[in-house]
Amino acid sequence: MVYLTRKAEFSASHYYHNPEFTPDENKRIFGKCNNPNGHGHNYALEVTVKGEVDQRSGFVVDLKQLKEIMNREVLDALDHRFLNKEVPEFSRQIPTTENIAIAIWHRLEPKLRTAKLHRVRVYETPDLFVDFYGEA
Amino acid sequence: MKAHLSRRYLFSASHRLHNDAMSAEENRATYGKCNNPHGHGHNYVLEVTVSGPVDERTGMVCNLVDLDQFVEREVLERFDHQNLNTLPGFAGTVPTTENLCEQIYDILQRGFGYAHLEKVRLEETLMNSFEYAGGVELRK
Repeated sequence: MVYLTRKAEFSASHYYHNPEFTPDENKRIFGKCNNPNGHGHNYALEVTVKGEVDQRSGFVVDLKQLKEIMNREVLDALDHRFLNKEVPEFSRQIPTTENIAIAIWHRLEPKLRTAKLHRVRVYETPDLFVDFYGEA
Repeated sequence: MKAHLSRRYLFSASHRLHNDAMSAEENRATYGKCNNPHGHGHNYVLEVTVSGPVDERTGMVCNLVDLDQFVEREVLERFDHQNLNTLPGFAGTVPTTENLCEQIYDILQRGFGYAHLEKVRLEETLMNSFEYAGGVELRK
């Protein structure tokens, strides 16, 4: 088994707000992130896939294909977007780094054919990141 | 759904690696430059990883403010700008980054209740880092 990691970057804005909370609760729990006008980050994404090395190609995964899938399924949807307003998952869920990692997993996982998705890591800043390994 | 959240913190401290149970020569042979009696310092980078189900109402494993406050109060205030050899925790223990990593893990394990502690990773320099997960194997 070999693990392969591909990085990407996207920039997006978001804010944290739960309509079931009172304005006071939203402020207390989410602090500055509750500003309804949003704020932004340069997110860094690391996608790790795993698999056996194909005898003929020497690849775990065709990187061109992985890059295309990441571009199509993730970056086209998230890059330079206001996540709360423009990404369907976040009309129901708060776009925390946790939920962004989970959403990216669910966007990528069914599209990968040869290698299996092992981990999605999303950096909100260089000092804060979330790892998601799937639901198991 | 379970996710892992990691947060990085910075602190600076000095230490000297020396074991009273060893001869001066043995200390020098074991610890090399780190045995310099006057000590030396590092900018440590602490990476704390916690895990847990993502709360459906908040979208969070735990509130970052709670984690930051705990680490600030219980870890950074204790170690930042200190000489590690002078601290009670290192009275009978050599302040290697291995031992410091375990101590920080224990502080978090005992006191931080908002999420499960997965591991503590401590960078002593850009070239050296140490990880401790309470004695169990690290996740791949």
